[in-house]
Amino acid sequence: MTAFIELRDVSKTFGQVTVVEGLNLEVRKGEFLSLLGPSGSGKTTILMMLAGFEGATSGDILLDGEKIDHLPPYRRGMGVVFQNYALFPHMSVAENVAFPLEMRGVPKSETRPRVKAALDRVQLGHLADRRPDQLSGGQQQRVALTRALVYEPKVILMDEPLGALDKKLREEMQLEIRELHRRLGLTIIFVTHDQSEALTMSDRIAIFDAGKIAQIGTAGEVYDRPQNRFVAEFIGETNLLDGVVKEPAAVELAIATTIVAPDHGYAAGSRVSVSIRPERLRFDGSGENRLEATISDVVYQGDHLRLHLDAGTLSLVARLERGAAERHPGETVTLSFAAADCSVFPA
Amino acid sequence: MLRVAQAIFGVAAALFLILPIVAILPLAFTSSIFLNYPIPGYSLRWFNELGQIAHWRNSIVNSLIIGSGATVLSVVLGTLAALGLRGRGIPFPNLLRTIFLLPMVVPAVVLGVGLQISLAQIGLASSYLGVIFSHAVLCVPFVIVSVSTALQGINPTVERAAASLGASPTRVFRRVTMPLAMPGIVTGAVFAFATSLDEVVLTLFVAGPNQRTLARQMFSSIRENISPAVAAAALLLIVGTLLLALLAAYTRRRTAKTVEA
Ligand SMILES: Nc1ncnc2c1ncn2[C@@H]1O[C@H](COP(=O)(O)OP(=O)(O)OP(=O)(O)O)[C@@H](O)[C@H]1O
Ligand SMILES: [Mg+2]
Repeated sequence: MTAFIELRDVSKTFGQVTVVEGLNLEVRKGEFLSLLGPSGSGKTTILMMLAGFEGATSGDILLDGEKIDHLPPYRRGMGVVFQNYALFPHMSVAENVAFPLEMRGVPKSETRPRVKAALDRVQLGHLADRRPDQLSGGQQQRVALTRALVYEPKVILMDEPLGALDKKLREEMQLEIRELHRRLGLTIIFVTHDQSEALTMSDRIAIFDAGKIAQIGTAGEVYDRPQNRFVAEFIGETNLLDGVVKEPAAVELAIATTIVAPDHGYAAGSRVSVSIRPERLRFDGSGENRLEATISDVVYQGDHLRLHLDAGTLSLVARLERGAAERHPGETVTLSFAAADCSVFPA
Repeated sequence: MLRVAQAIFGVAAALFLILPIVAILPLAFTSSIFLNYPIPGYSLRWFNELGQIAHWRNSIVNSLIIGSGATVLSVVLGTLAALGLRGRGIPFPNLLRTIFLLPMVVPAVVLGVGLQISLAQIGLASSYLGVIFSHAVLCVPFVIVSVSTALQGINPTVERAAASLGASPTRVFRRVTMPLAMPGIVTGAVFAFATSLDEVVLTLFVAGPNQRTLARQMFSSIRENISPAVAAAALLLIVGTLLLALLAAYTRRRTAKTVEA
């Protein structure tokens, strides 16, 4: 499959500061790609380069195989949804939605029914004559989305579009955007710093660390197979066990235990970290690896219990499902886990 | 206790500001030929005089011509300057802004002398164009200040949104920036017109006998023959200025509702 949007070796510097460095990224047609990363990692900058508001310092940006670096924003035809919605405060909801059609010279007779249909689809038809400041946050968000979609752009760029909404509305809008994506076959690049949002919505997630991609892959890949410490720690929660490679599939931990890990290809003697997710630590003795540990705390979390454990100098976190045998602080337990559940990367 | 003191001080300050106005206004309706109290009877004869005596009537027409010209010129220049100062990539924006605002603080006498010399050089001394130009120099800073304030209130992502939706820079300006800056432009225009209306010092330097404005005419008539026509003219100026201020407040209110979002 060929790339629909492609960034080739793109860098961006502001003065002395390099914000994006040697970025290579391919997005397929119809894909939902999330850009996830901590604040300041360059996500907005990448979006602004795609939309044409910032020029890349070096490298090329291609859309459908053609370079678009020289095109101003208004010629790129990408729909952008900004975090604060950026609705036109002096226009009614209907005028806001009609704006992109007007800019494209669509005749008035055609604009009216299209705007009405678009607003009806998101249950905002009755608010067509209101001003944006007379709408709730969620309604404004839907207007912004409708305005960006009404002219059927090829690509939609969204910069933390749900950041200002409360949790319930956020989840509703996540479903709505997913649904639109599927139904209209849109290509969406979605910036967020909410990892659960990225995990639930995306076909693929690109995780950024200081202007570089730390890892890109499906939700399953980045969660179950983190390729480095940053990703393992950034996505979800994990236990990191530091050690030295003994033989291709074994790692000797700092606490003098050797564990079996998947065949990772690091040379014997190299320092590595082994990541194992809390929910993969078991209490039933199954799996190739064993660790003796003492429970230091049991924390009630509603649907599950969180166990804090000490194994020598290591602190571990495990997850205990409701209904499993009760555990108490001070108890010594044998944790076990499967080699297949471990990820190994350089320390 | 403090509240009472505050109230008293507030009233005193307000009285201090309006008493001179209150003192002169009744004299506009006097039937006497002297500009002083007591008023023997009330009449509209001095308003009639303003309308009928040539030099008063001409000066009113002049004020309107020069005020309108100076307003148009300064609104165009001031708005362009405010837009330019806002743009990215302008070298030394703060220095430039200070230079643009200089006419507000430079003594009018200094400006007057300078303008008289310069206008004479280019053959515009004692011409309408020269006076309009001179007044505009004074008015531009007011326009820059009020338009800049309005522009600062515009969220730049709104303009970016317009561009992403397919609007070229000129269309972004026409459909988004300009309508959102309109309250500031109107306020600037009102300030400009009011400034031109009561400008005397510059006018003394650059205007010839044909460009006598109302303010200039009042100034000389109060020195030559103190007639209550001056009071009538003052009333006219005050009412005109108040109407303009109301107009500005009204447009601000109307647009503020839609701009606040
Ligand atoms: N116009 C600019 N001039 C100078 N530095 C900038 C500019 N725009 C962004 N930066 C810097 O670039 C870095 C990345 O910014 P960016 O907005 O892309 O981060 P982000 O990943 O979107 O962060 P957030 O999650 O907080 O929105 C930041 O350190 C920021 O200070
Ligand atoms: Mg950002």
